[in-house]
Amino acid sequence: MFVEAGHFALALALGLSLIQTIVPFWGARTNDPVLMSVGRTTGLAVFGCIAFAFLALTVAYVTSDFSVVNVVENSHSAKPLIYKLSGVWGNHEGSMLLWILILALFGAVVALARNSIPLKLQANTLAVQGAITIAFLLFILLTSNPFTRIIPAPAEGQDLNPLLQDPGLAIHPPLLYIGYVGFSISFAFAIAALIDGRIDAVWARIVRPWTLGAWAFLTLGIAMGSYWAYYELGWGGWWFWDPVENASLMPWLAGTALLHSTVVMEKRDALKVWTILLAILTFSLSLLGTFLVRSGVLTSVHSFAVDPERGTFILGILILFIGGSLALFAWRAPLLKQGGLFAPVSREGALVVNNLFLATACATVLIGTLYPLALEVVTGEKISVGAPFFNFTFLPLIVPLLLLLPLGQTLAWKRGNFLGTAQRLYAVLGLSLLATMAMFAIAHGGPVAAPLGIGLGVYLVLGSLNEIVTRSWSRGAPLAVAWRKAAGLPRSTWGAVLAHAGVGLTVIGIAATAWGVEGLATVKIGDRIKAGDYEARLERVVPRIEANYREDVAVFTIFRQGHELGSLESMKRLYVTRGMPTTEAGIMTVGLGQVYVSLGEVQADGSVGVRIYYKPLVLLIWIGALVMALGGGVSLTDRRLRIGAPARAKMAPGAPVPAE
Amino acid sequence: MTRKQRRLTLIGFAGGILAIALGLVLYAMNDTIVFFNSPADIQAKNVQPGTRLRLGGLVKEGSVQRGGDQRITFEVMDAQSAIQVHYKGLLPDLFREGQGIVAEGVLESATVFRADSVLAKHDENYMPREVADTLKKQGHWQGEANAAPKTQ
Repeated sequence: MFVEAGHFALALALGLSLIQTIVPFWGARTNDPVLMSVGRTTGLAVFGCIAFAFLALTVAYVTSDFSVVNVVENSHSAKPLIYKLSGVWGNHEGSMLLWILILALFGAVVALARNSIPLKLQANTLAVQGAITIAFLLFILLTSNPFTRIIPAPAEGQDLNPLLQDPGLAIHPPLLYIGYVGFSISFAFAIAALIDGRIDAVWARIVRPWTLGAWAFLTLGIAMGSYWAYYELGWGGWWFWDPVENASLMPWLAGTALLHSTVVMEKRDALKVWTILLAILTFSLSLLGTFLVRSGVLTSVHSFAVDPERGTFILGILILFIGGSLALFAWRAPLLKQGGLFAPVSREGALVVNNLFLATACATVLIGTLYPLALEVVTGEKISVGAPFFNFTFLPLIVPLLLLLPLGQTLAWKRGNFLGTAQRLYAVLGLSLLATMAMFAIAHGGPVAAPLGIGLGVYLVLGSLNEIVTRSWSRGAPLAVAWRKAAGLPRSTWGAVLAHAGVGLTVIGIAATAWGVEGLATVKIGDRIKAGDYEARLERVVPRIEANYREDVAVFTIFRQGHELGSLESMKRLYVTRGMPTTEAGIMTVGLGQVYVSLGEVQADGSVGVRIYYKPLVLLIWIGALVMALGGGVSLTDRRLRIGAPARAKMAPGAPVPAE
Repeated sequence: MTRKQRRLTLIGFAGGILAIALGLVLYAMNDTIVFFNSPADIQAKNVQPGTRLRLGGLVKEGSVQRGGDQRITFEVMDAQSAIQVHYKGLLPDLFREGQGIVAEGVLESATVFRADSVLAKHDENYMPREVADTLKKQGHWQGEANAAPKTQ
């Protein structure tokens, strides 16, 4: 009964979204405040309905209601509670429901932002948001209904894909979706501005926190996904340039560009048309990501089932929204007042360079991801575009961007002075060179990429912190004064500094992977296997039985240069219901590095294939991402975002526009 | 700087970056892309030894031989021919005789392939898509039913 109520709530949400799309839009056309404010109530009601539907499905999972097909296919009564809860979105239908729940949540938050958004902009934004909700509700109701019943109900379910039975499933999809779907708000604001035909610095200030929030969550989501793949898949890699990963990286790159272009728009009232285009592209790439992952054109752990009908439907949504919004852009953008041009050497000039590099890098990832699909459709030839392609195209575009980053951050607005800026970075440059040389000395003769990359990372971290130092400390001033000044700097400055330093930390982590060492051997109990300074000794292999799987646990003692560090456990599991084996790597964290032990098959004579890795500084990759997201969060608490945007000044028609 | 010069600087810079990116992409397309082949494709196209490629097919029953230190030899076959694959490393969890895999590596001779990575399915329900397509094309596809030995 509750399940049917959930299904009904989804249908009701569809009806309400229709109202949310049509009525406020009409109100904005006719300047009717009553019709415009309908968007607020319906926005909240749509969220309420979808939340109820989500709750209904969750209850079906928790109570193991095997009369629901979705629960039968993806759950099992013996599954631990956390996987019953997170299993709600560990399948196609449920994950789409989560997607739309977050979409509606964002709509509701926009609807609640009563005073900080001008009514007309809010009405148009909610109308666009409603249109997206309609499309995806139709998708769920027509092709991916999670509430379908099965008669007679089987006694037991088929369990969740074992790779997904991990705490990562509870965290990674919600974070990623908040990021993906959060960009729908920037998109909706952009479309609203195009419909309205006006856009200004106030618009930029309203949109910025939404973009910032979505970006921070997407950063966390990607980092979490990367760490999950790293420890779960047992290959020791943290990024594979897999199309599914690229699908999340592309909106991140475009979103990062958007974040920077809104700064220019807010501060200098320039780059308006470009910012609108970026907002459209960022969400389009999020939709493309959803299409790639959900349609079954790619085979991966993310594509739960291949169903051509669904693929066609999402492709339709994709064409409608991307095509429609770009057509609207082509039609309306020329009407928007252009911002001025500005000096190439200035903060805004540097931000344009940032946008160019990010957008181009994003384009190369897009080409590399779509080319194999296009080629297969056209010629039937199957190719794989893997890490070598992306390393060759993406890195040469990102490294110059990173080299320029501290310079751009130090440049003044309007008219910068290149030499003066470089002077302020002398100390940073010197220290980074020193760090690079020290790394060369330590490594003596290892791969060249590692010390250079670490030097770059150190340069980024110091270059970011340099901004705080130069803005708060002057020669001879007491430290207490400098401290007070630093604490008094705007939160957005601290946010930018943290985010950029986070990039530096990630770069250090990535560069240090070049120093990683590994060993491979078949070992018997008591044997040792070596990777660089680290050794693992196989102590014993013991069987263990849990509720829904049984496993062989190999216990290793880890040594560094002969000194015992402790022990770790690597597992080979067999999930009984699906008859599917998985490998759980044993990981020991030593400082910022990790010892990673992965098992092969346990052979008849008790010997076992073992691969051991030592990965120095590997944790910095994800710590850097956390710091980036933290920077986004700190920036969100900035005073000018807290106190809300100022009201729009009424400008008389035909009033002179101040020149740049 | 005049307005015109500023605009030209911007356009020049953007054009420069785009040109570099285009060059990189075109070069990488020639150099880094790996083609997918079934054993029959390799014979039909007369692929030269030394070529890097992805080889997909079924692991021939009874062909898996394990040497010391995780050296493994097996045969990958499709309906028409088979190729011997040498690999050193841990095999994926879902590697089984009779099942579809994709191996990436270098073709050593017309019938020997040295793999540096071996991929199997992500879970028990699906074949690698490329392998499934090849089998369908050759008329040997028997549906998902034979793809996995279910314990239920």
